[in-house]
Amino acid sequence: MSLQNGAPVTEETICYHCGDPVADGGVVHAGKAFCCSGCKLVYEILHESNLCEYYNLERTPGSSPKLPDDSRYTYLDDPALVQQLLDYSDSTTSSVTLTIPQMHCSSCVWLLEKLHSLKPGIVQSRVEFLKKQIRIRFRHTLSLREVVELLSSLGYEPELSLASARMKKPVSTNRALYHRIGVAGFCFGNIMLFSFPEYLAGGSVDPGLARFFRYAILLLSLPVFFYCSAEYFRSSVAGLRRRVVNLDVPIVLGILVLFSRSLYEILSETGPGFLDSMSGLVFFLLLGRLFQAKTYESLNFERDYTSYFPLAATVRKGDAERTVPLSALQPGDRLVVRNGDIVPTDAILVKGSGSVDYSFVTGESRLDEKRSGDFIYAGGRQFGGAIELDVLKEVSESYLTQLWRESGPHERSGMDLTSISNGIAKYFTSGVLALAALAAVLWLPHDLPTGLNAITGVLIVACPCALALSTPFTFGTAMRVFGRNGLFVKAATVVEALSKISTVVFDKTGTMTQAGRSSVLYSGTPLSERERSLVASLVRNSTHPLSRALYEHLRGDGIHRVREFFEIPGEGLRGTVDGTEIRLGAAGFVDRLPGEGADPEMGLQSGRHSAVYLSIGGVGRGRFAVVNRYRDGLDRVVAGLRRKFRLMLLSGDRDSEQGHLQERFAGALELHFNQSPTDKLNVIRALQAEGESVMMVGDGLNDAGALRESDVGISVTDDIAAFSPASDAILDGRAFEKLDTFLRLSRASFTIVLVSFAISFLYNAVGLTFAIRGELSPVLAAVLMPLSSITVVFFTTTAVRYASRKVGLL
Amino acid sequence: MSVIIVLIGFSFLVAAGFLVAFLWAVRTGQFEDKHTPSIRMLFDDEDRQPAPGSEQKNQHQR
Repeated sequence: MSLQNGAPVTEETICYHCGDPVADGGVVHAGKAFCCSGCKLVYEILHESNLCEYYNLERTPGSSPKLPDDSRYTYLDDPALVQQLLDYSDSTTSSVTLTIPQMHCSSCVWLLEKLHSLKPGIVQSRVEFLKKQIRIRFRHTLSLREVVELLSSLGYEPELSLASARMKKPVSTNRALYHRIGVAGFCFGNIMLFSFPEYLAGGSVDPGLARFFRYAILLLSLPVFFYCSAEYFRSSVAGLRRRVVNLDVPIVLGILVLFSRSLYEILSETGPGFLDSMSGLVFFLLLGRLFQAKTYESLNFERDYTSYFPLAATVRKGDAERTVPLSALQPGDRLVVRNGDIVPTDAILVKGSGSVDYSFVTGESRLDEKRSGDFIYAGGRQFGGAIELDVLKEVSESYLTQLWRESGPHERSGMDLTSISNGIAKYFTSGVLALAALAAVLWLPHDLPTGLNAITGVLIVACPCALALSTPFTFGTAMRVFGRNGLFVKAATVVEALSKISTVVFDKTGTMTQAGRSSVLYSGTPLSERERSLVASLVRNSTHPLSRALYEHLRGDGIHRVREFFEIPGEGLRGTVDGTEIRLGAAGFVDRLPGEGADPEMGLQSGRHSAVYLSIGGVGRGRFAVVNRYRDGLDRVVAGLRRKFRLMLLSGDRDSEQGHLQERFAGALELHFNQSPTDKLNVIRALQAEGESVMMVGDGLNDAGALRESDVGISVTDDIAAFSPASDAILDGRAFEKLDTFLRLSRASFTIVLVSFAISFLYNAVGLTFAIRGELSPVLAAVLMPLSSITVVFFTTTAVRYASRKVGLL
Repeated sequence: MSVIIVLIGFSFLVAAGFLVAFLWAVRTGQFEDKHTPSIRMLFDDEDRQPAPGSEQKNQHQR
């Protein structure tokens, strides 16, 4: 509206350093406005060192630094860790490569390369902009910690994790490839030049000169044969030693045929040989290899950054408990870990008795008893009551992700696409060799040059690479799209499994209903303030959605010590709080109620609640009615899914909301109530026995068995770190309504894989037809080979992106 | 005709010179980052004192 009046929309002062809007005056310094004291501090540092050029190169180039915290980088004092992070170190200097995600403009480059004038001791800093990396060489008067602190004080906080330190990739292989390409190109060009007399004049060249050219060509081909193609020889020999005929074998055979034949012709002076073809072949093969490596690298880059899923942990500050994202967890924070939670980072136990299962890390299921003061490694799972821990290290999400990926590979029987394409690749090479032999038999007796062309053409042009690449690239791209939309998939094979789903099974509590959005009503003998906090202390130990709803409701002041805590899945909780035994759970689990039978409905319409009964000290007190709020878009998801899938709801509730659900999803869902975890598991098994492919959507912890058993197990989480190794995928609660779309995209990806298989077959069929007729020169074949792989990769990635755009995920 | 052999020798040497230059460039890492140098070359070498008022121009509003 204001635009139409010609007036500026808003007049807002922005921070001189970072460009964020300045709220209520902000901080004013030297006539400039800053949004926070951090930004002002950076300006002062730069001003003192005469580095204000920073602000002239780009407008508002900075990013706001995190507030200084002395203990943040203490772990960088550990020499062993430092050694892992450093690239190289000698007696006077060390150098380190750090990734700085905030780097975004030329001012950043300028300032980061001027670090030496900010801090004596830094010898040199060089930025690699596209990789957002900086390589710093510093004298030993500085420690790595001081270097990192300097960077974060400027608002360029480096990303530090041991995972990234381990990932350091060798640069030298790429350089060797460049060398080989250079040498091959040089030899190829000169050989072509020296072959000109042969091409143009045929037999009319002076014989002496002709011999000179031929020997010059032979000389030039030696580096191509012995140096440039060495990688292919090495790889195929290594493969043959392990009794595998790999993809390099046909290539090596082609090169060998060409070289030995040419050597014979030149030495016996019977012909000019085919060394021009051979060196051209090697040159183009190497170029293709470089191009492929570049393509995959650029695709990989993004994959590393999207494979993290958002997880959160509960942190206690004073008496208040807050949920914070794992990435915001700082050393020194007091962490609360409940029954079944994963310890997200290395920490020290300060309160409660731990009983930690490291099966996630070691694969061996055993409970380690931990006392106060004991060290607990990241990845352990707590069983028993809630414990409190002091965080020692920042969380490495990549480490947790890795744990999840490596835990219990989901084994499936039957043929999947990956195994199909692997199988094809195995027979492919033998097939190609057979075809080449056929070409040799057909051609060699009467037409030697065409025959040689045919053999090498067949050997080179046929390439199953395209076949092998289409599955990982299609599903990999789909995974990325899923990740961006809140579904975090464990492995590419899960996407394939998703595309074959025929039945979707839902859990109710925490899956269809949303944790943290339910209201609680209590009926029964009134509870005193103290009793409320006793019950709150008990439910605090559990991660069950109902327990969490109750905890939100009760929020007792002060937390009491809980002993002998037990959580029986599908039944309830039991524990001794301050010497009083409290039971909470299903009607049959707690002690009998005083006025049983007279079950007031408490004015609840159509019973949309789950009931939790309470007994204190062996006396039944009453019950909590947790009124469930169903997730937004639940009806839409069910309506969308019911057209293609058989739907089922498994609920552990007893009294339940049967009536309401039946009314709401009449006919769409098969409803099963009173399901214990074992019952759920059996339902899944029964479905599978009927030949259904089952996807289970549950809350990860209480349905672990069913999740593991189903073909695809998805655990829905809203904010807690209760992610289960049993699940194949984690769904962010907010993305629940996209479930239908996710399934549609996975089906589309499956079709895309089939189409790319067809393309690749077509490529090979056409190429081989020409090659076996001797109409394809080896050089052309060498160009076509990488081209086919690249087309397939390009096709699959763009097709998946197109499909995701069509269903609205991109 | 022997002059051709001499000429070829020379052309070969020139080409070999370029090959050596290429190998040297690869070895010194000039093919690894092709983007940052294009930014870097625009910076002034001197650490110059900001001219009075030059910073002020950047304090813009939106």
